[in-house]
Amino acid sequence: MNALTIDSLQFRWPNNTKPVLDLASFALAPGESVLLKGPSGIGKSTLLSAIAGVINIPANAVSVAGTDVGTLSGSARDRFRVDHLGLVFQVFNLLPWLNTLDNVLLPCRFSKRRRDRAGHDPQETARALLTDLGLGDPALMSAPASTLSVGQQQRVAAARALIGAPELILADEPTSALDEATKHQFVELLMRECAQAKAALLFVSHDTGLEQHFDRVVDFRDLNRGASA
Amino acid sequence: MISLGIQSLWNRRFVVLLTVFSIALSVALILGVERLRSQARLAFANSASGIDLIVAPRGNDVQILMATVFGVGSTGSGLNWDTFEYVSDLPQTAWAVPIMMGDNHRGYPVIGTSTAYFEHFRHSNGQELRFASGHAFENAHDAVIGAEIAAEFGYALGTEIINAHGSGSVAFHQHDEAPFSISGVLAPTGTAVDRMVLISLDGFDALHQDEAPVQSDPFEALGSEAARSAPTSDHDHAEHDEHAQDTHEGHAEADHDEHEHDAREDHDEADHDAHAHDTHEEHSDADHSKHEHDAHKDHTKADHDDHADHAHEEHEPEPEQINAIYVGLKSASGILGVQRALNETAPEPLSAVMPNVALLQLWSITGTAEGALRIMAAAVAVAGMVGMVVMLSAALESRRREFAILRSVGATPGTIFGLIVLEAVLVTLGGLALGLALLTIGALVADPVLSANFGFRMGAALSLPREGLLILAVFCFGFLASLLPALRVYRMTLADGLTMRL
Ligand SMILES: Nc1ncnc2c1ncn2[C@@H]1O[C@H](COP(=O)(O)OP(=O)(O)OP(=O)(O)O)[C@@H](O)[C@H]1O
Ligand SMILES: [Mg+2]
Repeated sequence: MNALTIDSLQFRWPNNTKPVLDLASFALAPGESVLLKGPSGIGKSTLLSAIAGVINIPANAVSVAGTDVGTLSGSARDRFRVDHLGLVFQVFNLLPWLNTLDNVLLPCRFSKRRRDRAGHDPQETARALLTDLGLGDPALMSAPASTLSVGQQQRVAAARALIGAPELILADEPTSALDEATKHQFVELLMRECAQAKAALLFVSHDTGLEQHFDRVVDFRDLNRGASA
Repeated sequence: MISLGIQSLWNRRFVVLLTVFSIALSVALILGVERLRSQARLAFANSASGIDLIVAPRGNDVQILMATVFGVGSTGSGLNWDTFEYVSDLPQTAWAVPIMMGDNHRGYPVIGTSTAYFEHFRHSNGQELRFASGHAFENAHDAVIGAEIAAEFGYALGTEIINAHGSGSVAFHQHDEAPFSISGVLAPTGTAVDRMVLISLDGFDALHQDEAPVQSDPFEALGSEAARSAPTSDHDHAEHDEHAQDTHEGHAEADHDEHEHDAREDHDEADHDAHAHDTHEEHSDADHSKHEHDAHKDHTKADHDDHADHAHEEHEPEPEQINAIYVGLKSASGILGVQRALNETAPEPLSAVMPNVALLQLWSITGTAEGALRIMAAAVAVAGMVGMVVMLSAALESRRREFAILRSVGATPGTIFGLIVLEAVLVTLGGLALGLALLTIGALVADPVLSANFGFRMGAALSLPREGLLILAVFCFGFLASLLPALRVYRMTLADGLTMRL
């Protein structure tokens, strides 16, 4: 069973005339890592929204870990999202008023599945993850998220996406705010943890320099007929 | 979820605390007004239960009630003993208890009465007075004290106490020469009796000898109907006379003769007593009160001290005067008959006050103020709630990102709606808790003052169900108010999805 299967997905924003997404087919094997690149405004973020069940898509178009996202109701999608997906955004991923550790544990608060898969002590798992990501300092773990540097914040966000081993990690340009060295370090860490959690990774980035890290690189223009039309 | 709410609020603690505080103030105000009102009513109603009528010199019903039952203010002039006998002999009267007032013991009212008082006085739905220790006074040197006085000063049986002149806590003249020995301590009643020193009529009289108890009260302006028409509150003698002159010129009363006037204008302090005395003796019963009225306008503090100092022993004790009579009737229907008798055949002008009716009058007087206070309290509560809605709403825009993050980790729009409501509920609960704390502190501070001046306390305890209902109302109001921002956030999160607008 694939981590992600897309089959003839069309999506149009309500106020637009032509569809922003028009994909024939696309799939991610379990544990596979893919870099999705493409120019700005082409619909990459929209695709991630479709996969995450944030926008309304037709049935039988997107299936994540064997579940057809298009058939789920609103609140079922919210539950589904936390159960099976980890998300990392470009910036501001964290609740500034929670400490690092609690930010990482957020998915476990909302999902029993993630809690169960995070080992018998999710706190311990979260600490281990943070330590793996170079944030092992206890002072950092109990510091409010707002006091972390941007690079640290992105790593915390990665830990949050990974905790409880969801099937698929969606990352929308998580490195764009990082400098060159930190960028590579971040991607390497993310890849390593994904492999450990056996999570597939769909990583959106303009940055061609990162291609070397991934199993596969996909240009969104080749994938999306809506954008090229 | 709750810890999320708390942490989110903690993040904005300054604004949150301000909001909590404003809600707390409104809660304290609402409950305070309510408690004051209900405790006052309860205490007053309890103190007056069991007395069918209070007979006193003609005056304002509320004033008479306040003075005779609660020891606040005083009745005007005194009553002759004849009147007491007349009232006790009325066919409708079951019992009659004489009451003398005007002295205090360290600020607590001293009441002269007969032992019948202990037999007939009822409080709090008909309970009798009980002695915690000792017994009623048996002679002129015995005193019975209320529970609060005993507790306050640590008095026990046999303790000697000295009473002072006047009804305020400022003693003008200590009756050093006539100490009392405590013969009984009453069990607590929760009414004005707890704050009273009860002595026999003889004992009270012995203190004063030739002073009529009423005239000995320098604060009579506070309470007396008669005093209302005269500026007795002026303690300065010279000024006083001028005033009196003016007032008198305005008077259209027939028996107001020039002679009296002159006598008073040029009287000096030495001949004052003689004058007052003469006035009393010269006049027949019919216009007695009129003259007495005039006479005691002249009594000021200055007069008194003088009077007490050099004029004391020269005079025979005047006929004993009392201030009021508590009356129990054989049947409730006797009230009309008694009132008619008192109006038509009594030896002097009298008022017969039904405590319950007078209380209703009192409440109708205070009702307007209560209403205004309540409206104010409600307005403050509304302002507090509006403050909360403003706080929650203003934060929504800047918290959009937070909500998007929460949604990305599985929070439904419903969860976020719930988070906002939860925050409002926490703020409201915080406000309620702090408000109750403020109220309790306020009650602790205010109680000694209230208790000393008005004979009731607010009490620190929550009195259900009324206060419970008010608390519930504030809570529901807070909950409902939170729906406004919560609904907005619900629609916002639905529209925003996970996109983060920066
Ligand atoms: N919430 C929205 N409502 C309406 N139109 C939208 C919305 N979000 C995106 N779009 C439109 O969809 C198109 C694709 O946007 P999208 O954000 O997916 O691009 P992108 O490939 O992620 O670009 P970038 O690389 O700059 O992030 C754009 O034309 C944009 O205007
Ligand atoms: Mg994008």
